[in-house]
Amino acid sequence: MAADLKFAKTHEWVRPESGGVVTVGISSYAVEALTDLVFMQLPAVGRKVKAGESFGEIESVKAVSDLYAPISGEIVEVNSALPGKLETLGKDPYGEGWVARIKPDNPAEMDGLLDRTSYDALVGSQPH
Amino acid sequence: MSQSLLETPLLLETPLVGWHVAHGGRMVDFAGWRMPVQYASIVEEHLATRASAGMFDVSHMGRLTIGGPAAVEWLESLLTRKVAGIEVGRVRYTLVTSDADGQPVVLDDALVSRDTDAADGTMRLALVVNASNRDRVVAWLTSRLPGAGVTFADRTRETAMIAVQGPRAIQIVGSLCTPADAARIAGLGNYRATSAVVAGHAAAVSRTGYTGEDGVELVVDAHAATPVWEAIHAAGAPLGLRACGLGARDTLRLEAGMPLYGHELRENSDPFAIGLGLAVNLDGRSFPGASHYAALRKHHAGRVRVGLTFDSKRSAREGDVVMRGERHVGVVTSGSFAPTLGTAVAMAMVDRDVATAGTAVEGVIRESRQPAVVTPLPFYQRDKPGA
Repeated sequence: MAADLKFAKTHEWVRPESGGVVTVGISSYAVEALTDLVFMQLPAVGRKVKAGESFGEIESVKAVSDLYAPISGEIVEVNSALPGKLETLGKDPYGEGWVARIKPDNPAEMDGLLDRTSYDALVGSQPH
Repeated sequence: MSQSLLETPLLLETPLVGWHVAHGGRMVDFAGWRMPVQYASIVEEHLATRASAGMFDVSHMGRLTIGGPAAVEWLESLLTRKVAGIEVGRVRYTLVTSDADGQPVVLDDALVSRDTDAADGTMRLALVVNASNRDRVVAWLTSRLPGAGVTFADRTRETAMIAVQGPRAIQIVGSLCTPADAARIAGLGNYRATSAVVAGHAAAVSRTGYTGEDGVELVVDAHAATPVWEAIHAAGAPLGLRACGLGARDTLRLEAGMPLYGHELRENSDPFAIGLGLAVNLDGRSFPGASHYAALRKHHAGRVRVGLTFDSKRSAREGDVVMRGERHVGVVTSGSFAPTLGTAVAMAMVDRDVATAGTAVEGVIRESRQPAVVTPLPFYQRDKPGA
């Protein structure tokens, strides 16, 4: 599953879609690590983001975490149903739990992201 | 540029660390101790404690013992609560203060209790202090030791402390005792302590806790920690008991409106403004800072501690500013989603004129403002039998 995904080290995933946009979400590892999610702030549609820039936040009982844009571009759509249904992130992080769609400034930026194998290796080495 | 030899500082471990790791505890550095913040879900652990029972490894708390013929007189001179006249089995919430140029410094809040007397007839007292303050409290008390008549020992590492909290806590612990011990524990009043054999091991048992629930805290020898913990877990799990980490401990105490040192209570806190007036007995007392507190008690100035209830699950956190209109009226000291209430709550120090219950304020959470209402503490109070 999710073989076409690329990952940022900050645990966001990116999937190219038809029409030159990419879908962005949060990895299942990150969702599981956060636990007890209570709040999510989505970016505004139309906002231009730079890769690595905070473009939203997610709050668990314990802490507030930034969401970082994994790729530079314009936010063209957000999953506005998600903040009211945060359990979707745990149930289907790579499908219904998507966060935003971005029209990349430079699709080649995708090449700088991790593939599934490299990302899994990264999170597998994290202390538990 | 110098670098530490090891990436992470060495952390102290409780005798239960192996159990925590084996059961999925997410281990974090808490006040220099490697402690579980949660096993699976803070919310589930919290709700289990309210509905049935939660068990907590609180062995990181400092456990100090005081004995000798001058023990009572000595401690009486150092704590904000009276120790003279304390009966066997009585537990009192107190502050530990020192004095810097006439100004009191709150070093910690603590529980002081009187155990059964020693074999030679002298009194034995115990003090439970916060992990974060143990070193300095021990250093302070040691510096004040008289030449003779008092023995003072830090028994934190030789012992373990397990809190069992929730409506089923007494039943679960009692099921591991003889009928006589179980009955004595069940009959203990709040803030009373006794000794009992729990799951075959000697335990000091006190009807205290930090969750807003009924329950007990057990102190056992370090070697007995794992067998006692496992026995409680095995007896309680079928009834809904869960092992809980420090995350749930924090959300439970927040709902119960209990102050936490370093957040609601600080070195320069006015105990009366934060609702801890009952922890300061000034009647003929001369503990460090007593005369300053006598003046403060009549002063009625400065910010006071209140509860805030938000209309969202998103809470202001420690350090966030509280506004009323364009006026900065206070600062949040602790805040979180409150699992029992289903909404976010916080404790804050606010100006007295906005401290009235029902006053509308806003918490500034990053850039946005979250509406909140000043709420009497505690947010949560358990139903007491017969009440």
